[in-house]
Amino acid sequence: MDLIFSSLDILACWDVVLALLVGSVGGVLIGAIPGVGPAVAIAILLPATFSMDPIVGLTVLLGIYGSSMYGGSIPAILINTPGTAVNALTTYDGYPMTTRGEARRAIALAYSSSFFGGIFSVICLILFAPVLAKIAPMFGSREIFLAALLGIILVVTAHHRQTLIAAALAGFGIWLNTIGLEPVKYTKRYTFDQSWLSGGVNLIVVVLGLFALSQAFILLQGEDEKVRLTKLRGSFFQGFRELARHPRVAGVSATFGVIMGMVPGVGEFTAQFMSYTYARKTSKRPEDFGHGSSEGLIAAETANNAVPAAAMVPLLALGIPGEALTAMMLSVFYVHNVIPGPGLFQNRMDFVVALYIALLILNVLVLVFLLMATNQLIKVVKIPNRFLGMCVLVLSFVGVYSLRNSATDCALAAGFGVLGFVLKRLNLPIVPIILGMVLGGIMEVKLRAGMARVKTPFDFIDRPIAMILFIMIVLVLILHFRRVWRDYKQRKAKQWSTSHASISFATTMYRRRNFLLKARGRKVRGKRSRYYPRSTGKN
Amino acid sequence: MSDDPLETGGHRRAGQIAFALGFVVLAVVLVALLGDQTVWKNKVKFFAQPRFWPAVGVIGMAVFGALHLKHLPRCRLSRYDLREARVWFEAVEYALWFLVYVWVVPIAGYLPTTLVFAPLLTWRLGYRSRKMLWISVIFAVVVVVVFKSVLQVKIPGGLVYEYLPGGLRSFFILNF
Repeated sequence: MDLIFSSLDILACWDVVLALLVGSVGGVLIGAIPGVGPAVAIAILLPATFSMDPIVGLTVLLGIYGSSMYGGSIPAILINTPGTAVNALTTYDGYPMTTRGEARRAIALAYSSSFFGGIFSVICLILFAPVLAKIAPMFGSREIFLAALLGIILVVTAHHRQTLIAAALAGFGIWLNTIGLEPVKYTKRYTFDQSWLSGGVNLIVVVLGLFALSQAFILLQGEDEKVRLTKLRGSFFQGFRELARHPRVAGVSATFGVIMGMVPGVGEFTAQFMSYTYARKTSKRPEDFGHGSSEGLIAAETANNAVPAAAMVPLLALGIPGEALTAMMLSVFYVHNVIPGPGLFQNRMDFVVALYIALLILNVLVLVFLLMATNQLIKVVKIPNRFLGMCVLVLSFVGVYSLRNSATDCALAAGFGVLGFVLKRLNLPIVPIILGMVLGGIMEVKLRAGMARVKTPFDFIDRPIAMILFIMIVLVLILHFRRVWRDYKQRKAKQWSTSHASISFATTMYRRRNFLLKARGRKVRGKRSRYYPRSTGKN
Repeated sequence: MSDDPLETGGHRRAGQIAFALGFVVLAVVLVALLGDQTVWKNKVKFFAQPRFWPAVGVIGMAVFGALHLKHLPRCRLSRYDLREARVWFEAVEYALWFLVYVWVVPIAGYLPTTLVFAPLLTWRLGYRSRKMLWISVIFAVVVVVVFKSVLQVKIPGGLVYEYLPGGLRSFFILNF
């Protein structure tokens, strides 16, 4: 109880209250505008939060992270365009409900599910915090290295059918992080004798380029879309009543969200995938899924909103960000010299609980705001895409230039912006680059420290947590290779079932020549075997 | 498009071979430069070598990039790839707009530059109505006031502010 009171004490100042309001309302607005998303907003606001207290800055960023998914469900349901990437699954059941004339019901259900997911995860984690405080000190350098390695492997393997390029891009991130002066021996690495590369490539510059500027280029290069909105009438409270009729789906989806959020590198998509699959398999009407099923909508929205609070666990307890948004937040900690990790849980538990309480309040604020202002809020969907691109470009300047007032940083960010644009056009993942940079840096430091006291390779995993993490890494790799092998088999079977003989002239001639050679060969071999029988070795 | 929301399709996209080729070439060049751009220290453990982590990164890029290229559907570069490459260069135009904006701000000042840049880019994007141009001007003012005047983010005053009279000069340098 004392812990909760001291945490409330941290939150009881006007700066934090203002940050909660700005974070919640801003997050919903950003989420509701298709094409912006929380990553762009957090990347732009990051340097601005460096001058704030850590709790204030983190509350704004957490607010945007946690509330953007509420807002993202609005365009997903009304115009079949997800506001944020994680709302993509919402379109499958939300939009068909709108076409049936049930837009208000779908939105009410999305709000109530999101609220349930958010509150469920925060309560779970507040209750779980004392256990984490006991486990976190068991993590030494070796364990943190193995956890970071597990995180990077999970990020790569989570990109189904893009694993190879995700691994290559993670390698690119690891390499980017090594550019500059090496911190122990002070030797230069890939600086090409350029003074501006000696300080290395700043993570925020890369983040702003890959997320904000690339998105601006995508919007500027694209076309404006005409949007027709459905007028919403009536109250949104009925969603809670409907949610209460599906406690099993909501509970399981929120649990998936919490568990998947805590595992570094997994996040919302896997949580949604598992929840949706579970809901469909256990539903009495599985055929409705994808055609306006209320259970499908509950599963998708509950799971993705349960993730943000849980995603803070690896960041706060181990200092390991599990995905791009928490990787950005890590820099806020470092700027204020608050080092997340086991020490934070031991010495600043009130700070950790304060963050969770802030998330709890945030969810309530967002819900109140949405219940009152949805009809006004949906108008932001009408902002033309290309104009939005101009806005993001102007705002990106604030993010990059205010960092060090460096034109070189801006040029680098523009370069990464073009790279991000190409990656987005090709539908290739960006997150492995960011996590490669962040986790690569952590792995370098922790492996060096961990190997100092290791004599044989087995010593590295002789502690229980290290052994568990090592087994998890091996398991993840085995499961991944099993899935790759199954995919390969399926693909081959499909190819064989659909393959047909080519009708091109060159192939026909090639096949004819092969047949003649084979037929001629068979004939010659037959003749020879008749006249010159094989030696049996008995003579 | 599939009706099943959980199904992901894998098909060839224009430009993916060009990107994969470029990526592998970059990775191979970086691997070739590994000896020249990093140092191997004597009497230092293998895992603590300054060369170790850059090697992990660039070898990972080369190996996985090459495997990715090998697994792409085999077909020749077509006119669609060329069209896609042209789209990539369209992004370079907006990157140049951004860099010109960055270059002008320390000279002309944040507020004046943004007041010109936002409507100009809006015009370039094809919006000709007065309404949109005025919205872009209002947006420019709001951005400068929120970030520079209220949040006090570190953006230096323009060189032209030096020519303003005493009190106004410091007011503009601090707030706009």
